[in-house]
Amino acid sequence: MDLFEHQAKELFAQYGVPVPAGKVARTPQEARAIAEEFAAAGTSRVVVKAQVKTGGRGKAGGVKLADSPADAEEKAGRILGMDIKGHTVHKVLVEEASSIAQEYYFSFLLDRANRTFLSICSVEGGMEIEEVAATNPDAVAKVPVSALAGVDRVTAREIALKGRLPEQALEGAAELIERLWAVFVDEDATLVEVNPLILTADGQVKALDGKVTLDGNAEFRQEDHAALEDEASADPLEARAKAKDLNYVKLDGTVGIIGNGAGLVMSTLDVVAYAGESFGGQRPANFLDIGGGASAEVMANGLEIVLSDPSVKSVFVNVFGGITSCDAVANGIVSAYQLLADRGERVDRPLVVRLDGNNAELGRKILADAALPGVEQVETMDDAAKRAAELAAAGV
Amino acid sequence: MAIWLTESSKVIVQGMTGSEGSKHTGRMLRAGTDVVGGVNARKAGQSVDFDGKALPVYGTVAEAMAETGADVSVVFVPPKFTKDAVTEAIDAEIGLCVVITEGVPVHDTTWFWDYALSEGKVTADGTPKTRIIGPNCPGIASPGKSNAGIIPADITTPGRIGLVSKSGTLTYQMMYELRDIGFSTCVGIGGDPVIGTTHIDALKAFQDDPDTEAIVMIGEIGGDAEERAAAYIEEHVSKPVVGYVAGFTAPEGKTMGHAGAIVSGSSGTAQAKKEALEKVGVRVGKTPSETARLMRELMRSR
Repeated sequence: MDLFEHQAKELFAQYGVPVPAGKVARTPQEARAIAEEFAAAGTSRVVVKAQVKTGGRGKAGGVKLADSPADAEEKAGRILGMDIKGHTVHKVLVEEASSIAQEYYFSFLLDRANRTFLSICSVEGGMEIEEVAATNPDAVAKVPVSALAGVDRVTAREIALKGRLPEQALEGAAELIERLWAVFVDEDATLVEVNPLILTADGQVKALDGKVTLDGNAEFRQEDHAALEDEASADPLEARAKAKDLNYVKLDGTVGIIGNGAGLVMSTLDVVAYAGESFGGQRPANFLDIGGGASAEVMANGLEIVLSDPSVKSVFVNVFGGITSCDAVANGIVSAYQLLADRGERVDRPLVVRLDGNNAELGRKILADAALPGVEQVETMDDAAKRAAELAAAGV
Repeated sequence: MAIWLTESSKVIVQGMTGSEGSKHTGRMLRAGTDVVGGVNARKAGQSVDFDGKALPVYGTVAEAMAETGADVSVVFVPPKFTKDAVTEAIDAEIGLCVVITEGVPVHDTTWFWDYALSEGKVTADGTPKTRIIGPNCPGIASPGKSNAGIIPADITTPGRIGLVSKSGTLTYQMMYELRDIGFSTCVGIGGDPVIGTTHIDALKAFQDDPDTEAIVMIGEIGGDAEERAAAYIEEHVSKPVVGYVAGFTAPEGKTMGHAGAIVSGSSGTAQAKKEALEKVGVRVGKTPSETARLMRELMRSR
């Protein structure tokens, strides 16, 4: 899960990482009120920053300085509702303006390829680090960090030195880096990025921006993280699926997909898109992995979610019977129809089912005998994908 | 021969007394695996009955190894206990530790991987004494010999194809489609961002295994493991390799079921992985069935 900048900074502040004072506004009036509070405290200049989970906000006009509360209101009015790379701005962060002497870059991240953690530090900040790495690679230090050893003040100072941070910023940066490591580990983050990390005119080192990605697998020991989810901008179907413990991702096609196992479902999406090329470009409408068990209830919940998507014109159920054999899956589908009927739901679009693997023949017979309306069986994955795409094209 | 898991492997199960652990212990036994016991500190000294075969429960991995001569451990404990379970297996220096558990925090996996590489835990060549497979994997099966994990044993036959895959069900699909030709060993390396055994480790072992003639490699979006495997194949693998990559239609920034299956910006795409593999002469199927067909043609022409 990616956090908004303001959430990242709130987290930083909890760990003693210096950040500028700021508050979130959802309307121009709220932005003005926050700016007035700052003005009353003696700070008249504020920055109004779009809160979207994507980069390049500055270039898109989503970050503006304001010289007065009225100006803050006006700037917030322009930024709220803006579209930045497909993300609508629903809130802005109104922050005291900082006097920037220098801008640096710092991050901790998971280095998948080397199966370790990595810190990246550079004296050149404020722009994309990939860009700096391309134009001035010597200015970018990449220092592996062992999960066992961690980062203490001494290591933190070494990283800052390798990033060529100047003498006057070293101590402040080392302290900040040590605290960011605590954020990274204690919050189960896979990315903690500060760009820019600044040296202020009065010699302080501060996190002027913050980007944090949290590991969803750690939710069992990070009870506070659930509250950080952005329910407002989540796809409503994805939110409903999540509430039912279903692994669902909304896509933009017409063929609903239900399968077992992440790899097989990903593959099913591809095979459908490939087959769909011959039928006017039909594409998968979703990713849905119902897991190995494929019980009647899970199947019913899955069908309900997939069919709630009005763009779905046909559904492809692609199951490989391994541990759960195909007869159990077929019985699951039959019971799912009954469950849905009991809930007053009707399967009103065609369903193409492909069962393969253990007890495939028995499973196919159970489904055939049940003669469920709209259910067709196709033996191979490739042919079933073609048929589902064909039916979707006919239903569009 | 097979890689890493053979008919002489003696298997213990960490988490054997839990529901998943006991279910799959029974399945492993029925598949002919020599399961010799389980580990659970709170139930040490007890035994668990599997169709008339009583398996002892030991307090620690080290004790189980000393008593039974076990050299493989399969881990079914819940995510919050996985780090401790794997750490214990590493400390006991068991040869192979297969971590089935899904949902392990990546900080824990990175930690125990680092631990496996730390001083005293590695062999002279710098590799961990304990080979870790997974987490979030279906395990490893050498058909007709032994089965450590949750791979269905009865969907394929022994043969001369080696298979390495990030995905469980795609592994099964391929094992089933090519059941008439058969497999030496099938390794599910898992779909997490950090895993103990990589495509490259498996490719190397299959290249060195005299009973493996050809290799199927299945990858998916996320990271650059497939690109690295392609570079390895070019340098070191003379046996024919057929590939498959899942996730061409996956949108950027969305996790597709597996924790590691995510396209970030322009990196980790299926297209890049396919191109990297094809560039080094690996034939890559458009669908799992086409991949199986490519392997079938290849084996027929030999």
